Amino acid sequence: MRHAVAPAETVENNSFAVTDLLKICTHCERISKKDLGVRIPRPLGNGPSRFIPEKEILQVSKVDARTQSIFEDAFAALGRLDNISLVMGFHPQYLESFLRTQHYLLQMDGPLSLHYRHYIGIMAAARHQCSYLVNLHVNDFLQVGGDPKWLNGLDEAPQKLQQLGELNKILAHRPWLLTKEHIERLLKAEEHSWSLAELIHAVVLLTHYHSLASFTFGCGITPEIHCNGGHTFRPPSLSQYCMCDIANGNGHANHHDDLLGNQDMCGEVEVLMERMKQLQECRDDEEASQEEMATRFEREKTESMLVVTAEDEECVPSRDISRHFEDPSYGYKDFSRRGEHVPTFRVQDYSWEDHGFSLVNRLYPDVGQMLDEKFQMAYNLTYNTMATHKDVDTSMLRRAIWNYIHCMFGIRYDDYDYGEINQLLDRSFKIYIKTMVCSPEKTTKRMYESFWRQFQHSEKVHVNLLLMEARMQAELLYALRAITRYMT
Amino acid sequence: MEKMSRVTTALSSNTISGRTMFCHLDAPANAISVCRDATQVVVAGRNIFKIYGLEEEQFVEKLNLRVGRKPSLNFSCADVMWHQMEENLLATAATNGAVVTWNLGKPSRNKQDQLFTEHKRTVNKVCFHPTEVYMLLSGSQDGFMKCFDLRKKESVSTFSGQSESVRDVQFSMKDYFTFAASFENGNVQLWDIRRPDRYERMFTAHTGPVFCCDWHPDDRGWLATGGRDKMVKVWDMTTNRAKEIYCVQTIASVARVKWRPERKFHLATCSMMVDHNIYVWDIRRPFIPFATFEEHKDVTTGIVWRHQHDPHFLLSGSKDSTLYQHMFKDATRPVDKANPEGLCFGLLGDLAFAAKESLISSDANRKPYPGGDRRYPIFFFKKPDPTEQFAHVSSALSVFETDLDSNRMDWFVKTAQLYLLSGKPFAELCDHNAKVAQELKRPQVSTTWTMLRIMFSDPANLTTPGPNHNLSKLGTLPLMNSFSMKEMGSGMGTESRLERSKGDSRQDNIHLEPGNSHISNNNEENEETEGSDGQAEYMFGDAELDDDDLYSVEHDNQTEEQEYALPQEAFQLRHEIMDNPSAPEHLQQDKADSPHVSGNEAEVTCLTPIESFSLISISQPLYSPHLPASFFCPIVREMLSYYAEQGDVQMAVSVLIVLGDRIRKEIDDLTQEHWYMSYIDLLQRFELWNVSNEVIKLSTCSAITCLNQTSTTLHINCSNCKRPMSNKGWICDRCHQCASVCAVCHHVVKGLFVWCQGCSHGGHLEHMMNWLKSSAHCPAGCGHLCEYT
Repeated sequence: MRHAVAPAETVENNSFAVTDLLKICTHCERISKKDLGVRIPRPLGNGPSRFIPEKEILQVSKVDARTQSIFEDAFAALGRLDNISLVMGFHPQYLESFLRTQHYLLQMDGPLSLHYRHYIGIMAAARHQCSYLVNLHVNDFLQVGGDPKWLNGLDEAPQKLQQLGELNKILAHRPWLLTKEHIERLLKAEEHSWSLAELIHAVVLLTHYHSLASFTFGCGITPEIHCNGGHTFRPPSLSQYCMCDIANGNGHANHHDDLLGNQDMCGEVEVLMERMKQLQECRDDEEASQEEMATRFEREKTESMLVVTAEDEECVPSRDISRHFEDPSYGYKDFSRRGEHVPTFRVQDYSWEDHGFSLVNRLYPDVGQMLDEKFQMAYNLTYNTMATHKDVDTSMLRRAIWNYIHCMFGIRYDDYDYGEINQLLDRSFKIYIKTMVCSPEKTTKRMYESFWRQFQHSEKVHVNLLLMEARMQAELLYALRAITRYMT
Repeated sequence: MEKMSRVTTALSSNTISGRTMFCHLDAPANAISVCRDATQVVVAGRNIFKIYGLEEEQFVEKLNLRVGRKPSLNFSCADVMWHQMEENLLATAATNGAVVTWNLGKPSRNKQDQLFTEHKRTVNKVCFHPTEVYMLLSGSQDGFMKCFDLRKKESVSTFSGQSESVRDVQFSMKDYFTFAASFENGNVQLWDIRRPDRYERMFTAHTGPVFCCDWHPDDRGWLATGGRDKMVKVWDMTTNRAKEIYCVQTIASVARVKWRPERKFHLATCSMMVDHNIYVWDIRRPFIPFATFEEHKDVTTGIVWRHQHDPHFLLSGSKDSTLYQHMFKDATRPVDKANPEGLCFGLLGDLAFAAKESLISSDANRKPYPGGDRRYPIFFFKKPDPTEQFAHVSSALSVFETDLDSNRMDWFVKTAQLYLLSGKPFAELCDHNAKVAQELKRPQVSTTWTMLRIMFSDPANLTTPGPNHNLSKLGTLPLMNSFSMKEMGSGMGTESRLERSKGDSRQDNIHLEPGNSHISNNNEENEETEGSDGQAEYMFGDAELDDDDLYSVEHDNQTEEQEYALPQEAFQLRHEIMDNPSAPEHLQQDKADSPHVSGNEAEVTCLTPIESFSLISISQPLYSPHLPASFFCPIVREMLSYYAEQGDVQMAVSVLIVLGDRIRKEIDDLTQEHWYMSYIDLLQRFELWNVSNEVIKLSTCSAITCLNQTSTTLHINCSNCKRPMSNKGWICDRCHQCASVCAVCHHVVKGLFVWCQGCSHGGHLEHMMNWLKSSAHCPAGCGHLCEYT
């Protein structure tokens, strides 16, 4: 994975980048002195992410011409450059594909009207109490002429959208429960019914925003300055740094980062690499029996459910987001406690490449292609590096992560030995994955920091991308399978 | 040849018979395969692995290969193949990456013979060599193809597809050493079995995965491929570069493709998703399947021709857990259901009609087309190929041209161009439009405009017309009988129908009807109306004034009516506008006399603006000045609907725009949107872009106004390096030069840019205009003769 830090340039680059982003900064003092009665907002967060030091993120766009130009395009298209894009800027190839897909889903020709799309985005993000995405899309929703009344809650939205609530709930937390009856209920509801094309569009949007919510929490994205919780009108107090300080590279986020103990975890990367090598070599001689393989999958599946996610620090949504969805108690954890059995979904019987793609592309042309590219991009993205090591084949690790997430959703690859997962993913990493995918709102900075300590931030973002796409594909597979079953 | 004869003897000694039949399997099938003598079929899937015997009347389960208390994943088959030489030998591809061979000759219950676990991912395909007993080939998701010698425990050679998943492998039927492999990235590779280091040839066959490929059983060089992009392509591999020779577009991604035995151009396909049917295509007629089998209720996963030299039996397995034997004679033939006649209107009323040649020619033989008539049939004949069993492929295309003089849509174009829809006070707009309509000899429309003005204008603004009118004369006008809006409506109706008649008369005339009775009926009807209040005359005279030619033509038509064999159901019959013998009379009179004289017709032609005003002055006493404008809304609404219904959507939309808020609330949004869309569509077909844009701009429907905001992206290439300009701004990020430089002043053009489509030079609109006034050559000096229009 690429690491693009050139310490010497840090300060200079940084200040330039920040002033670029927050034009008010240079003027703020002057204007507030003049006292025009204009209240100048100040950003609360330090940079786009709570987890990643601002300087690292901002450097990327300066160093990499490609990232720069993608940022420019994104800004030109949306009139803003959101924090998600900034963080994804670590991986410009992926970012490009991501933005293209998102732009197509939200702005281009499609069966749903613009305000519906944003509202569905809000619904999906609210399911995970992701105030960041909700705020972002509330603004967009109003901008495209959405009815502000809808924002009071799903009850005020049209019947048609209310019916989507159920699908949203199931998809977000227990997609394996989705049946063709759910689909049928949506498609055959008299005047409120959805058309197949609309439904596909809605499903893609829902899954997109569920997984994006995971990413947002997983990377600790901070609120945009123009959104609730993203700024304050209070004058900078002594205990906090003014933006201008941050601009000069004095942000307090920088300090502990490097100090964070590597001592005890020394060699973590080496151990991981050693294991990968071993797996590669010994694969043949200790061929496990078929039953063994099956039980390994089952074990991994149940174990994944027992991985404790809640760290008992419930984060309270900053905006009253819960009104956008009903039944807030419905979550992934319910099921893990009761130990419900998740039926196994065989990917060989319904795969994205063979089946999902065809269905999406048939009903919502071009989107299948874009999603396909995005999935492939996320799955195949590699810089052949691991932490400080170069020329490493990371495909095994990537596959383990991808399949582990699918395993949590009960999706099984016949041709994968799930024992590998145990070898490659340690407990803290599993906790992080599980939390981020299943109840992202509980992700904490501690979790983020406690896995893979020696790895670069860019690599952790890479992992996040992998998690996000794997989750999206898992949800999509269940939804599309239900739709296919309905159609046959 | 030698082989052929051998097989035919085999076939004759063991004749296959049977019927369309099916049996239920316990689980969905993934693949099927038949043994060489066509008496048994093996079905494999995730939870099934059985052999069925094919008997005369039914399938009989012969053997269940899925044995053991807890069957392992080795039994979960993605593909199965029965050896075509050795009838005890089977191979399966397991989803967990194992390649398994089975020997039916084994005495034990478990027939498993060999197990190869060399692939790391799911094996998608296994294939025996057609003539070599011990050679087996496999293709896997992990991107490798392996060749096994069944006498050894390990693969003998491995072929790497460069980390792209292999979806299908097929040995060539004729070239001993060659096999083809298809890949998930859209490529097809040809390999020589002796050279595992490098493929012989590679080409991109599809966008997206190529799910299947199949060599033509007879023709050495043909390879059929099917992909996720819904195409089946046939490649000629004999040339240096693989050449696409046929392409069939299906409606869903293609999962399997199998050439039909003994039929050079036929192949069977089934699809991966959504579509459950099996199609047999004649690749030379890619638009409609030659035959279809519609029995399955879920996607078909495996198809195989029962015997490699018998084209009449097809076996198929499906996700719906059934195994079918299809008889070719029981297949549905979509061709039979397809409508053999095609019909299409040109923009200016031309009519093209294609029908089976037999149908047309019998008519054409009856009578030659009279000279001087511009309608003529053009026949296209396709040489029928006697070797194939198609119904009859030749058809005839006739094009009926419009009479040029009576170019009936002229009024539409002119009206569209001349109408004013905004920018002036309401009354002026109405007057203007009324005048336009009048000039185009459409008094009905003109009157409507005038009346709209009266209805919706502030009474105080009405100008009192001069008293120079003849009351008695006007009194005969139906409009004046009473100022009844209802009557008005019906009057307009007739009129617009007549307007339509211009458009329709020709078509009506070419109906081959038992029609004489119809015509006489119509005449009676028309005469009746005429008698009742003279309205019809008034209408006719007006509407057809400019159409003298048309009428004379129509006289001809009556005599030729029998020759045009158009199916009458293609048209909605309009009785009231069938040829009316009275109309030509009027016309002749009109021609003879000056239109401004002579009794009856005079009213018709004299609806000059002055006259219209006089009409107002008469109506004013009847029209109470206290009536609010909204009083008329229902009537206007009715009138607009009427116009729209009669096909004059132009009028409906124009009035809608001009009236604006006065009427908008009266008509529901959907209807409005519908009108707008139809009108805009018409305008665009006539290439009246400016007008259409104006209409879009002036419309109040959100769905319409947003039309202007869609597809507004303009992609440009840099004028220097010819690469796409991805960056915003004026500088190309590749060659770092200003891209859109004016060829005249050499400055960057910001704003209106015009360029020649021939040489792609251009610049500021004004500069180019000036330049091309004085010079014919391109200002860039490229020597191109640019044209500015």
